[in-house]
Amino acid sequence: MASGIDELRQQYRKMLEIRRFEEEAARAYAMGKIGGFLHLYIGQEAIAVGTASALIKGDYVFQTYRDHGIAIALGMTANAGMAELFGKDTGCSRGLGGSMHFFDPDNGFYGGWGIVGGHVALAAGAAFKSKYSNDGHVTVCFFGEGATNIGGFHEGLSLAGLWKLPIVFICENNQYAMGTPMSRTTPLEDLTLKAQGYGMHGDRFEGHDVAVVKDRVKMAVDRARRGEGPTFIEIQTYRFRGHSMSDPAKYRSRQELEERKKKDPCAVARQRLADAGVKEAELLAIEGEIDDLIAACVKHADEAPPATEEAMWDSVYVPTSAVPADRLPRGVVRAQDAGSEDGDA
Amino acid sequence: MRELRYREAIREAMIEEMERDPSVFLMGEEVGHYQGAYKVSEGLLSRFGDRRVVDTPIAEAGFAGIGIGAAMTGLRPIIEFMTWNFSFVAFDQIISSAAKVAQMSGGRVPCPIVFRGPNGAAKQVASQHSHSVDPFYTNIPGVWIAMPATPRDAKGLLKAAIRENNPVLFLEGETLYNVKGEVPDEGVDEVIPFGKARIAREGDGCTIVAWGRPYYIAMEAAEILAKDHGLQCEIVDPRTLRPLDVESMVQSVKKTNRCVVVHEHWPYGGPGAEIVDQIQKNAFDWLDAPIERVAALDVPMPYASNLETLVLPTVERVVEAVKKVAYL
Repeated sequence: MASGIDELRQQYRKMLEIRRFEEEAARAYAMGKIGGFLHLYIGQEAIAVGTASALIKGDYVFQTYRDHGIAIALGMTANAGMAELFGKDTGCSRGLGGSMHFFDPDNGFYGGWGIVGGHVALAAGAAFKSKYSNDGHVTVCFFGEGATNIGGFHEGLSLAGLWKLPIVFICENNQYAMGTPMSRTTPLEDLTLKAQGYGMHGDRFEGHDVAVVKDRVKMAVDRARRGEGPTFIEIQTYRFRGHSMSDPAKYRSRQELEERKKKDPCAVARQRLADAGVKEAELLAIEGEIDDLIAACVKHADEAPPATEEAMWDSVYVPTSAVPADRLPRGVVRAQDAGSEDGDA
Repeated sequence: MRELRYREAIREAMIEEMERDPSVFLMGEEVGHYQGAYKVSEGLLSRFGDRRVVDTPIAEAGFAGIGIGAAMTGLRPIIEFMTWNFSFVAFDQIISSAAKVAQMSGGRVPCPIVFRGPNGAAKQVASQHSHSVDPFYTNIPGVWIAMPATPRDAKGLLKAAIRENNPVLFLEGETLYNVKGEVPDEGVDEVIPFGKARIAREGDGCTIVAWGRPYYIAMEAAEILAKDHGLQCEIVDPRTLRPLDVESMVQSVKKTNRCVVVHEHWPYGGPGAEIVDQIQKNAFDWLDAPIERVAALDVPMPYASNLETLVLPTVERVVEAVKKVAYL
């Protein structure tokens, strides 16, 4: 069990990094250092970290706009994340994406998408690529229960089921689509009933225990990797904050929130470690290290250079082979392998 | 040179690029077993197999999204819309995903994808099936738009589109598929650059800018004007609307001092208005008359044949517009 405890220690560290990162983000938001929308993941950390533990290098992950947690779980640095929130050039998307559009392709993270349901088919596309290229990789696509009513969700799952793509759809059911409880949006209680309609496996469990999340997600990931098709997983969870920073969450009771906080995934993991004999001093040391890491990322974000006009223009198009040098719009450059300029035909 | 139909030229471009690059595949409704709703993809399934010629259910948002996701992760999809009218249910994928992913990722995630299919009115297919979609899509930074009029341009531009690392929307003419034209011989790898207009006819009397099907209307009008009025029109086909070859159009207007823009899309805004704006700004001192536009009438396309003819640009309307700017 030593390896299990080592893994849990790592997972606790990661969950705590996400928790502290977002607490500091909320503080910075209140101070006006972060603008726009800020959707916090606090309360759901075990899902991101458990899922990341079930994947291998080269797998693909797509997420909604509530994306800080999974990005950090997959390996994005707190510096790159916080700088992005602060709108800085050293951010993961050079300050062009913001909170909702984290990207980190080197760690398999393909965004960070802001249109509900819009990224579901994109994730299926990454899985299509894996099947087409037979590269042995799996895609994970997260979304909320609110997304299960929109067309993009349906078309994405429908095609993934039809073509038996290597993908795992994870519905993080945090009970509220913005302010609307699921009972008022969906005629089902068990969302995995939908899985059958798409010809795929279904699984459903609570998401506050990181070890459980890892095991159950890994079953689905392994199945996809074996070529046995997609799985639709509904994970019951709860966000401790509002939908975004502008939401005081008045649609739910204090009592409900307090009840849910008893299943705080960070506290659950900490207790598990303590029960397994990890000393309080060691846990405090981990927490101290994370506090330092987060303080450093805020300092980095504060001091980093602002997003640049150059990045703004340069990123609209990647280097082109189709447009010749004398017709390039502002910011667009020729691809290096595009050769010399073509003449007119 | 040999003669090919427009549809054959597009098919050849796809075949050549699929043979050249194993990451290129074709996906869409009826592209495989049915051989293409307009027979553009005829024979491709037997040639490349169902791994690379992929029939889809009727789910444009779904398969457009799958194409974008596949492009983001290393493939080069050609996504066929049976017609561009059906792209509207995938509009969000084009505007929010394909056109944004490079920018949102700080330039790190490219999206090398081609969306193609027939655009514009056909014959009496009424309001929902007769859209000229160029104004909707040209407004979006992050995509390129090609709208070839001739078989040669269709082939050469599509080859460039498939090799390009950015999303390309390739608007074919629904009524042009049977049009014949010269195309370089087999084995000649002609790749036509984006952003370079083609001067289809030289003249010093009036510049006519036209793309897609209206190009043929403009050519016909030019012959009538030459014959009846001795006025030689210069016809400029921009071929791509993003990027737009403003330079060539301005150069032509500086020679002719007059300009008519002919397009099939509605008159409110769009590339037609953009071209007028660019020319007035860059060639104001050379203009001898206000620029005229010949556009579709500002109504949803009616079914009745007589009314449809009234709505679309005609040779007569182009002749009248040129006579107006030439004070004839």
